[in-house]
Amino acid sequence: MVSALSIINGRIVTPEGVIDGGVLVRDGRIAAIGAFDIPGDAERIDAAGKLIAPGLIDVGIFAIDPPAFTAGGITRAVLMPDRAQPIETVALVQHAAAAGKPRVWVHPLAAATRGLAGVELAEIGLMREGGACGVATGRQWVADSGVMHRLLSYAGALNLRTVVHAEDAALAGSAVMSDGETATRLGLAAAPAEAEALAVARDLLLVEATGAPLHFRQVTTARALGLIREAKRRGLPVSCGITPAHLLLADSAVTGFRTFAHLSPPLRGESDRQACLAAIADGTIDLICSGHDPQGPEAKRLPFGDSEPGMAGAETLLALSLTLVRDGLIGLERLFDMLAGAPARLFALPGGLIEVDGEADLTIVDPHAPWRIESDKMVAMAGNTPFDGLPVQGRVVRTIKGGMPIL
Amino acid sequence: MSNSPTRPVDGREVHPFPHRHLTGIAGLQPHEIAFLLDEAEQWVQLNRGTAKHDDRLAGLTLINAFFENSTRTLLSFEIAGKRLGADVVNMAVAQSSVKKGETLIDTAITLNAMRADMIVIRHESSGAVQLIADKVDCPVLNAGDGRHEHPTQALLDALTIRRRKGRIEGLIVAICGDVLHSRVARSNILSLTALGAEVRVVGPPTLLPPAIERMGVTRFTDFDAGLDGADVVMMLRLQRERMAGGFVPSPREYHALYGLTYDRLAKAAPDALVMHPGPMNRGVEIASNVADDLERSAITEQVEMGVAVRMACLDVLTRARRGVPGW
Repeated sequence: MVSALSIINGRIVTPEGVIDGGVLVRDGRIAAIGAFDIPGDAERIDAAGKLIAPGLIDVGIFAIDPPAFTAGGITRAVLMPDRAQPIETVALVQHAAAAGKPRVWVHPLAAATRGLAGVELAEIGLMREGGACGVATGRQWVADSGVMHRLLSYAGALNLRTVVHAEDAALAGSAVMSDGETATRLGLAAAPAEAEALAVARDLLLVEATGAPLHFRQVTTARALGLIREAKRRGLPVSCGITPAHLLLADSAVTGFRTFAHLSPPLRGESDRQACLAAIADGTIDLICSGHDPQGPEAKRLPFGDSEPGMAGAETLLALSLTLVRDGLIGLERLFDMLAGAPARLFALPGGLIEVDGEADLTIVDPHAPWRIESDKMVAMAGNTPFDGLPVQGRVVRTIKGGMPIL
Repeated sequence: MSNSPTRPVDGREVHPFPHRHLTGIAGLQPHEIAFLLDEAEQWVQLNRGTAKHDDRLAGLTLINAFFENSTRTLLSFEIAGKRLGADVVNMAVAQSSVKKGETLIDTAITLNAMRADMIVIRHESSGAVQLIADKVDCPVLNAGDGRHEHPTQALLDALTIRRRKGRIEGLIVAICGDVLHSRVARSNILSLTALGAEVRVVGPPTLLPPAIERMGVTRFTDFDAGLDGADVVMMLRLQRERMAGGFVPSPREYHALYGLTYDRLAKAAPDALVMHPGPMNRGVEIASNVADDLERSAITEQVEMGVAVRMACLDVLTRARRGVPGW
């Protein structure tokens, strides 16, 4: 165990802006920022002009995959309850919470309903005591509005944020794509993009009725983002996330039946993609997440309609998100707020920003380093990325968890 | 000096068909489609003679791997292979046992290991044929994958139209019925628009795919308006399970609104050709008297052209393998 760690010669990403200097870590916490005297006993890391940023907090992952998280600069991850056995007991919460240590701290979301079936409330109060940082409906939408109303009232009173999948199940049906030219040409079952806004509209009304905080795990359409923008203006306690895939790819990425581009929610048309970028720029979208969901060939090397949705996103999250900064859409401070600060605030987690006395969860990033995303070279449990072959810029060079360098 | 086969197109000499597989009409150039139709003509003649046999595929093995039930397409490919002298093996895969998982890829690898020289595949999932084509060494022909494509059906339809009308370019073709679930419709839209026809899709809004206009067609929900002045009326099969209220209220209502009767056909051009890929639901999408009208209906001719077109495809796709000079 390193007692003191001195990271010097960096550009520190703080909520107030990027400043030159270093970060001094002692006993797992940040002791000083900027200029400081380096203690004699400190291990030194020379950042050599690279960014010193807060460790990323990835909201809504489906697999505990420490190598991928560490490679991606992710030091905390909020875990979806969709496990082989859904997280619906205290024991399962605690088991999941311990699974990534010491490299990554996993913060489980409690299953909102028993077996994630959307019918009966799970023991979310007990699971909160056991360490759940919120509740989640899982991969599926809760179709029963009565259940959803009771869930929000109950979870809200426990100060737990409810994470939902925004897709009206009846309208989505068995669709594997969003309506559009690509789905029509490929002959794949598709649903109107309105399935998302329909779900968002109902849940916003229930948030208004209950006052309970709610997080839409991924919002990907202009209509739904418009509803959330308006709800936020009225002061409702709602937040939402998105993955880089929905910001950088449209449904045309599925052409050729590429199952790595089979995602849930599905990739949308170009106008929705543009609306997502606008919602990043104006602050409607609170956070960017990886949706990390590694799926091996047995789930992906199938006809598109039979394949499982999901992408392995952890180790490409930062590089892809940096595109938004390079394109001038947002600044570095805001990017790291979306990748670390906002997740910490929304789910009451330690870390998320660089401040004196804060958790020493850090990542050192070379924002210019060029590399190529290659599916078969990924360290994740599986390399299912729709970005296979894409040249990107920006690489995590060190990841430090609780003051301990692990990459 | 290249000795590859060429064909003059727009003043240039091009390879007539530089593809390993036939997984769809998408990706084919108009002149490549026309080449397959031209090649099929000789087989129409052969098939009308008494000695319907040619030995060019002698010694080659054709495997028909049908993961979805079929009678006429399977039979058509089998006859096509046999008339060209190939050893034909039909593999009817039970729906339940081989459907998902690595099994599909494993099946492909197995067929490949048995040294098939041509594999014809039908599968219920869109994209399944491409998945197999990527894994095997021999030519793969798509005999229908999900709602995606059914290229030999589009070729036989184009050949039928070309023979009956003398041309395809400039014709108005109305494709009517369940376009949403139809691979026949998709392949026909691609091939007929490529060959210069004006294509309309006509049907109830619940059975027309979104953004279908992006494929270069005009969309009609009014049957009469869609038929107005059409030179070819191509009816599609409506699956029984879709008639019961899910997509249309009932077979009776469907027939009243979208069934092809003589009254309806009167809206089309006076010499309009009636087509149907079969099998027909008589009294639902098409009235029996229209279907059986030898003057107007080309339905049996479509079946005949099917064998010829499939012979042409099997011949062309195996030329490299057979060492035909230049291929």
